Amino acid sequence: MRLRRFTEPVFESLIKISGYSTGFIVLLIVIFLFKEGISFFNLSPVDEGSSLWVHNSNPVKKLTAPQIKDIFDQKITNWKALGGNDQPISLCTLDELGEAFTEEQLGAKFERLPACIDSYIDSLPGTIGFFPDKQTANALKNAQPVQVDKVSFSKFISGTEWFPTSRPAASMGVMPLLLGTLLVSFFAILFALPLGLAAAVYLAEIADERVRRILKPVIELLAGIPSVVYGFFGLVVIVPLVQSTFNLPVGETALAGSIVLAIMALPTIITVSEDALRTTPRAMKEASLALGASQWQTIRKVVVPYAASGITAAAILGIGRAIGETMAALMVTGNSAIMPRSLLQPVRTIPATIAAELGEAPFGGLHFKALFALGCILFIITLIINFLVERVSAKRVR
Amino acid sequence: MKNLKFLFLAIPLFLASCGGDASQTTGTEGTETATTVSVKGSDTVLPLSQKEAEEYMKANAGAAITVVGGGSGTGITALLDGSTDICMSSRELKTDEKLKFTEKSIDVKEAIVGFDALSVIVHPENKVGQLTREQIEKIFTGEIKNWKEVGGADATIVAYSRESSSGTYEFFKEHVMDKKNYASTVLNMPATGAIVQSVSQTKGAIGYVGLAYLTASVKPVSVSYDAGKTFVAPSIQGAKDKSYPVARPLYYFYDAKNESKVKPFVDYVLSDAGQKNVTDAGYVPIK
Repeated sequence: MRLRRFTEPVFESLIKISGYSTGFIVLLIVIFLFKEGISFFNLSPVDEGSSLWVHNSNPVKKLTAPQIKDIFDQKITNWKALGGNDQPISLCTLDELGEAFTEEQLGAKFERLPACIDSYIDSLPGTIGFFPDKQTANALKNAQPVQVDKVSFSKFISGTEWFPTSRPAASMGVMPLLLGTLLVSFFAILFALPLGLAAAVYLAEIADERVRRILKPVIELLAGIPSVVYGFFGLVVIVPLVQSTFNLPVGETALAGSIVLAIMALPTIITVSEDALRTTPRAMKEASLALGASQWQTIRKVVVPYAASGITAAAILGIGRAIGETMAALMVTGNSAIMPRSLLQPVRTIPATIAAELGEAPFGGLHFKALFALGCILFIITLIINFLVERVSAKRVR
Repeated sequence: MKNLKFLFLAIPLFLASCGGDASQTTGTEGTETATTVSVKGSDTVLPLSQKEAEEYMKANAGAAITVVGGGSGTGITALLDGSTDICMSSRELKTDEKLKFTEKSIDVKEAIVGFDALSVIVHPENKVGQLTREQIEKIFTGEIKNWKEVGGADATIVAYSRESSSGTYEFFKEHVMDKKNYASTVLNMPATGAIVQSVSQTKGAIGYVGLAYLTASVKPVSVSYDAGKTFVAPSIQGAKDKSYPVARPLYYFYDAKNESKVKPFVDYVLSDAGQKNVTDAGYVPIK
């Protein structure tokens, strides 16, 4: 008796502490995510510590990141296309200078490099150069720096090109990634919901206890399989299947992604909606049967409507699972960052992008922060989904 | 439930960010004791260096070699900070990197430890057996979209590339694509094995992989770097005598001040025994 009086508060405070610390860790991760993500905006898309230079006589003083990319891809080859004089564009980076000048001219310690840059630009008025600021500080007399727009939120959201490692200026538009993620997840849930609901009804209402006792753990086991296994299964089975069925040039498509994600979302949908279906009071079911309704009528008119909010919650949780899935999507969707126009095209999802690119993105750099900004977008989507689940589940109480 | 969903999102991000952290900080180890040599850099050279280090430590009791990956750029940065003794690289130093070494007055020595040849592969049923560099460039920048433009059947070209985190991606971009960006329609695969798998099951596919990854399920293409005069099929012999153009040397860079410390290991790698490991790891030896 005395002991209990002593131990109970201890256990209570232990539980309290673990609750608080979990919340604290979650909060810390969220703060970290948003701190990195938000600091992405208002950075310059040009490599840090470097600038672009053009000849003094060049009227073009401002360029956008996609324009710079097209110039260095040699898709834009004349200044006229950018509103400048009619002269061809020539590109110049330190590598070109290394070829144009001998080591002697550059100096053993590169001490004559700024002078070389200056004379190189002067000799070719159509040059656009890309140099580290250390070399150009107050040394270029014949060149002027090019203004490049900073990364803004609206451009980040509405941009349609994702070239995060493009040099000298990265184009980062999330529209193709965002649409790709939503497209794949939406169709995944469209495939998974009817199948999952049917399985849940079967388990809850039709299957006898023995079958249920075997089948339910098996379905729950599906959730424990590593996603890379699903991905590989998708790559060797579903991708060729999609390709031959629709006679496509390529099987890695949004459709293949949707099918794999649908399989992965099934356990969530089945378990949650089955639990909801089983909460239907026995009295209601028996009343329906006593009135002469068949079992199918009872399921359709009584059990499913009663569990509707639980089923909706299951669907939304399934969408959450599909939206956040990384590895399987990475392996079967082809990862082309193009604006999705149909289901039978490769797409790139946000989680796959983060997983594929974060490994090599320089810590704290522009690309790194852009990936965290993507994480923030994903977080907000998941938050909205969670909010919807809470709203829908709350209805059940009434 | 709310916390659970939080974690679904947070765990992969958290892990990934730890990964980023780790590659930043691991470079500081290895300089504590004089007998430890740290090797850091290119993921392409990583399996080779690991094998070399294992064999070297077997032969020399007391020697300790730590090998860390992270990419060529990471290794070069580490050499600049002095946080690694040897930097592995699958490319030569860029001019602006040379500039940084000069600013810090570090005299960089280089040793070529082997070669890696890239092979352009297509589906085995594809009629096209040879391509010029310009054609490959146009295929990967999206200018050529149909096989009939390069003498094949009337079928859409499906181009497979590695993800941007790969050194192979960078090498291919610089040496085959004339530094132009890949078209956004190109499919990015997370691993070289996945490229082989996809090319073998997609009729219109084209991709690139290291020579060591060639299997019978894909067909290698001969390439020409002189606008179609001579086409060379990828082979170890061709990479060795430099007749095959899509090959790259694999480098070890080190600070000349550190030479006495790293020399025994570098010499071992260049020796006959070391070069045998190069062949075993699937790369092309220097001799």
